[in-house]
Amino acid sequence: MNFRHAKTFLLGAIALCFLASHFGYELNSYQLDVAYGIGISIIMAVSLNLINGYTGQFSLGHAGFMAVGAYTSAVITNQFGELNIFAANGIFAIALLAGGLAAALAGLLVGIPTLRLRGDYLAIVTLGFGEIIRVILQNMDKVGAARGLSVMHGWTNLFWTFGLAAVTVYVVASLVNSTYGRGFVAVHDDEVAAEAMGINTTKYKVTAFVIGAFFAGIAGGLYAHSKQFLTPGGFSFMLSITFVVMVILGGMGNTIGVILAAILLTLLPEGLRMLSDIEHLPGLSAERPLGWIGDTRMIIYSLLLIVLMLTRPQGLFSLKKFSTTK
Amino acid sequence: MSALLQLDKATIRFGGLTAVSELDLQIGRNELVGLIGPNGAGKTTAFNLITGVYQPTSGAINFDGQSIAGNKPYRITARGIARTFQNIRLFPSLNVFDNVRAVFHLHLRGDVRHALWRGKGYHVEEKSIAGRVMELLEIFQLGKFRNEPAKSLSYGDQRRLEIVRALAAKPKLLLLDEPAAGMNATEKVELTRLIRFIKDKFQISILLVEHDMKLVMEICERIVVLDYGVKIAEGKPDAVQTNPKVIAAYLGD
Repeated sequence: MNFRHAKTFLLGAIALCFLASHFGYELNSYQLDVAYGIGISIIMAVSLNLINGYTGQFSLGHAGFMAVGAYTSAVITNQFGELNIFAANGIFAIALLAGGLAAALAGLLVGIPTLRLRGDYLAIVTLGFGEIIRVILQNMDKVGAARGLSVMHGWTNLFWTFGLAAVTVYVVASLVNSTYGRGFVAVHDDEVAAEAMGINTTKYKVTAFVIGAFFAGIAGGLYAHSKQFLTPGGFSFMLSITFVVMVILGGMGNTIGVILAAILLTLLPEGLRMLSDIEHLPGLSAERPLGWIGDTRMIIYSLLLIVLMLTRPQGLFSLKKFSTTK
Repeated sequence: MSALLQLDKATIRFGGLTAVSELDLQIGRNELVGLIGPNGAGKTTAFNLITGVYQPTSGAINFDGQSIAGNKPYRITARGIARTFQNIRLFPSLNVFDNVRAVFHLHLRGDVRHALWRGKGYHVEEKSIAGRVMELLEIFQLGKFRNEPAKSLSYGDQRRLEIVRALAAKPKLLLLDEPAAGMNATEKVELTRLIRFIKDKFQISILLVEHDMKLVMEICERIVVLDYGVKIAEGKPDAVQTNPKVIAAYLGD
C-alpha cells in the first residue's frame, strides 16, 4: 500500500468518524458496546504489533499498560461532575492523554531494564509486569481495590474510539514505513547486523515499547469510559494473550491484517452468540436449534483459532505488507 | 599523514585464554590490508575488537584520531567503520531497497517526530534518500532487484548487497569478513574486481579477513599474519608468502 498520502488518510478517517458518531444514536447499547470493543481492540492490536510484530520483542504485558491508562483516566474524570458537551470532551481528551502518558512512562520503566532480555525471557518478564500492575491495583484502596472502580462518565463514543484507532494506525504505519522506522524491522530481523549497521537497538526497542504502551493506555481510557466499571481482574494476562492472538492471526508486522484480525476476533464470540439465539431455522422443528453453540461458544472460538493457526501460520491476512516503494 | 586505524598493543582475554595478544596494526587512508592466519588464529576476534563487539582487555584502538575502544558497535559504525559478516546477515524480511535504506537513518537530519509529522521536509529527505539508495544499488547492478526480498537473491548477489549495505553507512574503513567464503572460482574473480573497484571508487580503506590465499595475495597491498593471537609477520604479499614463520604456521612445524 502506498503510504504517501498518510496525512490525508488520517484526516479523512477522523472526519468519517465524526460523521459516523452522529449515527451512534441509532444503535442500541449492545451494538455500541461491540463497536467500542472493535475500536479498542484495533488500537490494542495495532500498537502491540509495533512491539511484537515489527520490532520482534515478544511482550505479554499489553493488558498491564491498558490497565494503567484505564485507571489513570478514570481517576481524573471522576473528579468532575456533570459538564456540558464541550467541557466534557475537553476533559476526556486530557484524561485519555494522561492515561496514555502514564502507560508510556510504565513502558519506559519496564523497557529500560528488561530490553536486554530476548525472546522467551522478555515474554516472561513482561508477563510478570502485567501481573504486578494487576496486583497493585487490587490492593490500592483509593481505586476501589478488588471491589473495582466505578467510572462516572460514559464519555466514550464512536468518534473518539475510531478517531483514535485511525491515529494509532497512522502513527504505527508512518513510523515503520519511514527510513527511521525501517530500523524497527532491522532489529526484528537481526539484532547483531542491525547494531553493526549503526542502529541503536536498545533505543529502538525502548521507543517501540513506549509508543506501544502509550496507545495501550489510550485504549484503556476508552475502555474505562465505555464500560464505566473497572476491576483489576479484567486486565489479567488472558487479555494480553487475546491481543497477541490478534497480532499473530493478522500476520506479525502487517498492520492491515492485524486490524482485520482485531475486528474478526471481537465479532466472532458475538456472532456465535447470535447464532445460538436464533429462534427457528427452516426445516428444523426444535426451538433454538443452534442453542448448543451458546454453551460451547468459547470452545468453538478456541478450535477456530487452532484451525486457523494450522492452516495459515503466516497469518490469516498476510497479503502484502505496507511498503513505500512505488 | 596519520593512520586511519591504529591498534596499539590491543589485547583481549577470555578467562585464561588470550585470544588476541598485544596486536599492533595500522591501516592508512585508502589502503587495502589483508588479515590472515590459520583457523583459530584470532582474526575474527580482532575484527570484533575493532567493531566494538568486544572491548579490549588492555591496549588502545584509535580511529581517525580518536579512541574508539569501549564504544558500542552502532557508535563505531556512525564514526565510519562498516562491516560485512562471514555468514551473510542481511535483513531477511526487508526487500533489497529497504535493506540499504535502513542504514540511511545514520544520515537523517530528523528523528521520530519527523517521520510522524510527515511535513514537506520529510518527503524531500525521503526522496533524496531513495535516490541515493538507488544510485548505490545501480553501481552494483542490484537496482533491478529493488523490490525482491533480500533472501531471494543468489548467494553472490547477497554478498554484494551486504557490501552495498555497509557502504550506505558512508564508511572510511570497510571491514570484509571472509567475503569469498562459499564462492566458486568465477565468483572469486568477480569479487577481486569488486573489491578493487570499491577502493578506487569510494576512496576508502579496506581490511580484508580471508582464508583464500590467492585472493589475498592478489589484491592486498599489505598483509598481517596472525597465529595464536600473536602477529607473526607483516609486509608485502611476496615477503609474507616466503616468510618461514608463516609457512610453519600454515603447514605445521
